[in-house]
Amino acid sequence: MRPLIEVRGLRKDYRRGGAVLHAVDGIDLALMPGEAVGVIGESGAGKSTLARLITRLERPTSGGVFYQDTDVTSLSDRALRRFRREVQPVFQDPLTALNPRWVVRRLITEPLKIYGERDAERRVDEVLRDVGLGKDLMTRHPRDLSGGERQRVAIARALVLRPSMLVLDEPTASVDMATKRTLLALLNRLQSEHGLTCLYISHDIRTIEETCSRTIVMYRGRLAEEGPTTAILSSPSHVYTQILMSSIPRIDSAETRPGRLRARPFSRQHLPDTGCLFAHSCPRVQPECATDPPVVEVTPGHRAACVLAGRASDHSGVTPS
Amino acid sequence: MPGLEIDGLRVSIGGRDVVRAVDLHIAPGSCAGLVGESGSGKSLLALASVGLLPRAARVTAGRIILGGDVTVTADLDRTAKVRGSGIAMIFQSPRTALNPLLRVGHQVGRVLRRNGQHADLTRRCAELLGAVGILEPGKVARLYPHELSGGMCQRVMIAMGIACEPQMLIADEPTTALDVTVQADILDLLDDIRSRTRMGMLLISHDMSVVAERCDSISVMWRGAIVEAGTSRTVIGSPRHPFTAELVRDVAHRPQPKDRPAQRSPAGPADGPPTEARG
Amino acid sequence: MDLTDDGRTRGRPDDAGPAGGPGRSARLRSELKRHPSLVAGGALAAATMIVAVAGHLAPPHNPLAINPGHSLAPPGPGHWFGTDQFGRDVFSRVLYGLGLDVVIGLIVAALAFAVGSMAGLVSGYLGGWIDDIVMRVADLLMSFPSFLLALSIAVVLGNTVRNVIIAVTIAYVPYLLRLTRGSVLAARGADYVLGARAVGASRSRVMTLHILPNVVGPAMVQATLMLGWAILDVSGLSFLGVGIQPPSPELGVQVAQGASYITSGQWWISVFPGAAIILAVLAINFLGDYADDKLRGQGS
Repeated sequence: MRPLIEVRGLRKDYRRGGAVLHAVDGIDLALMPGEAVGVIGESGAGKSTLARLITRLERPTSGGVFYQDTDVTSLSDRALRRFRREVQPVFQDPLTALNPRWVVRRLITEPLKIYGERDAERRVDEVLRDVGLGKDLMTRHPRDLSGGERQRVAIARALVLRPSMLVLDEPTASVDMATKRTLLALLNRLQSEHGLTCLYISHDIRTIEETCSRTIVMYRGRLAEEGPTTAILSSPSHVYTQILMSSIPRIDSAETRPGRLRARPFSRQHLPDTGCLFAHSCPRVQPECATDPPVVEVTPGHRAACVLAGRASDHSGVTPS
Repeated sequence: MPGLEIDGLRVSIGGRDVVRAVDLHIAPGSCAGLVGESGSGKSLLALASVGLLPRAARVTAGRIILGGDVTVTADLDRTAKVRGSGIAMIFQSPRTALNPLLRVGHQVGRVLRRNGQHADLTRRCAELLGAVGILEPGKVARLYPHELSGGMCQRVMIAMGIACEPQMLIADEPTTALDVTVQADILDLLDDIRSRTRMGMLLISHDMSVVAERCDSISVMWRGAIVEAGTSRTVIGSPRHPFTAELVRDVAHRPQPKDRPAQRSPAGPADGPPTEARG
Repeated sequence: MDLTDDGRTRGRPDDAGPAGGPGRSARLRSELKRHPSLVAGGALAAATMIVAVAGHLAPPHNPLAINPGHSLAPPGPGHWFGTDQFGRDVFSRVLYGLGLDVVIGLIVAALAFAVGSMAGLVSGYLGGWIDDIVMRVADLLMSFPSFLLALSIAVVLGNTVRNVIIAVTIAYVPYLLRLTRGSVLAARGADYVLGARAVGASRSRVMTLHILPNVVGPAMVQATLMLGWAILDVSGLSFLGVGIQPPSPELGVQVAQGASYITSGQWWISVFPGAAIILAVLAINFLGDYADDKLRGQGS
């Protein structure tokens, strides 16, 4: 089976003041058809940039994006028309992601108009039912809807052209916790019903856990660890992932929590540019970390860019119940 | 009874009750958790305790007692006097809660000065910033909020909160806007301060797992009223109110491990149709 | 009272009537209550317009008719605003001149709006070297006070109505350009523009459907205010002797012609035209305020 979408050596640099920021710094990623993959990381990891690069809303500085073996890296917006139908983003905040002056009907119909689809009305009805929204919402503006409804409108709009893939950037960040569960259940159902390939980008491990079979951990633009979601959660190999997992508040941990692994405090002036980018803050830093870390295959399908991967004996991970 | 005692407090806005007969007690040195959704009134309860209610809101019944002194009743608001050394509060969005035009050291100094402590300000500010885990506090004191990360801004706000060694600290969603590792560091810092100084703390959050992990007792707030309260263990282990149960479910829910890619056929995970109930 | 995108007002109980009759007057009344600027500006502007149109079409006396026998008559029954040194009826001249100034102002505002917003749109959306050049030209023009710039251009071009219009328009274009460009840049960065591209919208589609509507609002408010300033600038230029010349009854010309008579006691020749200018600009500013209020109220 060939990957549906693939990125190789993807890099994106931004110029900030006099310095260059490597927002995405050499990412290789492949998604198989029907797969749900999560990208997790904290602010500055480069996750949102990766989302924009994969959906080709921005052009990478170097590296390639391949959709079904076609190189879409440098295509113009016009040449990307076919690609755009297939790969749809869902943004974090529907209040800014949807034109506030337009009503729901117009928002969902627009993609159909652009691609000259006939029978638009029937398709819109269909997709609204699919996401569980009533037709009475059609004449309202996004600001008059609840957070969950708004995000469903955004999802409906993304699905209306029957794409093969969704890229969801923090899809539950702007809703409260109860709605989050409902939305994720909806996304799971849509994914399995339509065989969608999904890339979930989030800082919230619970979102990824609920939806993704495979997870990638990003740190400062680079890949720290990649593997099955359960493995990342229960036996993280990269020290950064271990710290991340042990920092997640757990409801069952009050008595049983082991001592938390902590990052070392650091001053922002001295962030390393070469070698392991986490070295400045790593509690287990080794002399070898001054050079680029090897990518260690801990178990088949589970790899980590850390010299200590596979060696660590304690797992400060999270046990799925 | 020492510590903070909230007794039958009622707050209303425009005739409508937004906080309804709330009882809450925080013993010195302990951490009490207050959890609820946005709009449940938890922030207003906090603001009432420090006398910072918006003008439209009024305390209509009940009282708040700090260290044995009555500080808030429907007719009386002596909280202005106890703010700072009696009770302090930190807020959700650290960068917006700090004054963008003043250096952070200066802002910490202002708190000290406002509470009558004018001596040796520079050194004490640097000391306070160091006590909240900021490296090179002397240097950082001269920076402006926009030059600091979210986590550092929150540490500055904590420094301002503990500057006058308050008996009580109210933390309203102190880590919601921060990365998860920073969140853990900040909560550890607050725990640390508590154990060193016997300061009591009220931790307010919408996330039950944060509260469960850090607090000795939990009160659950829903539409202005406390619907359940007890020790963390009992509230989490055997929730009695359906809303509490739901909050626990929101964070404890662990789905089936999704180790296999979804099949194209409709035989996917049985999540059922989406419910409309919560939008 | 917001108009939704497809032209319907948001449902409220008193909109139930099919013809919308009772609903409309109730809404108008509440609108007037909430926006005093609308009342003031609306009333003033309406009065000004009616007077200007009437004065233009049917002035009581011929504004240009010289009547030496009745020169310098103070305001009275036959001549409400008196007569000037040539016996011309000041009232008729003020009405006629008001119409003239308003029309010239409208032309200037419309031209500046058209040129400025078009340039701002293109420059903001395309960016790159086009944007750089356009912005440097705009900066150059804006480095002069607009009145002085208009004055210099008018002097160079010559004293005709057409040249005055051109001069003032050139002075105003950069401001509208900047404003429009700013709105475009802000709209370009919005997530929903990104979203529109993601569903395959072409550049021109994004420009017209997503960016333009956000841009037009502020630009129109600005153009409205510019109408007022244009009247001031045009009459100011005429007062100085540049541009429009006597015997044209333009208000600035009238003020100039009556200036030397103030000290000898015939104040009405200058004061009435001057007051007309003030009232017209005031009315326009009130309306501009109202438009601004609506704009801010409607934004999300």
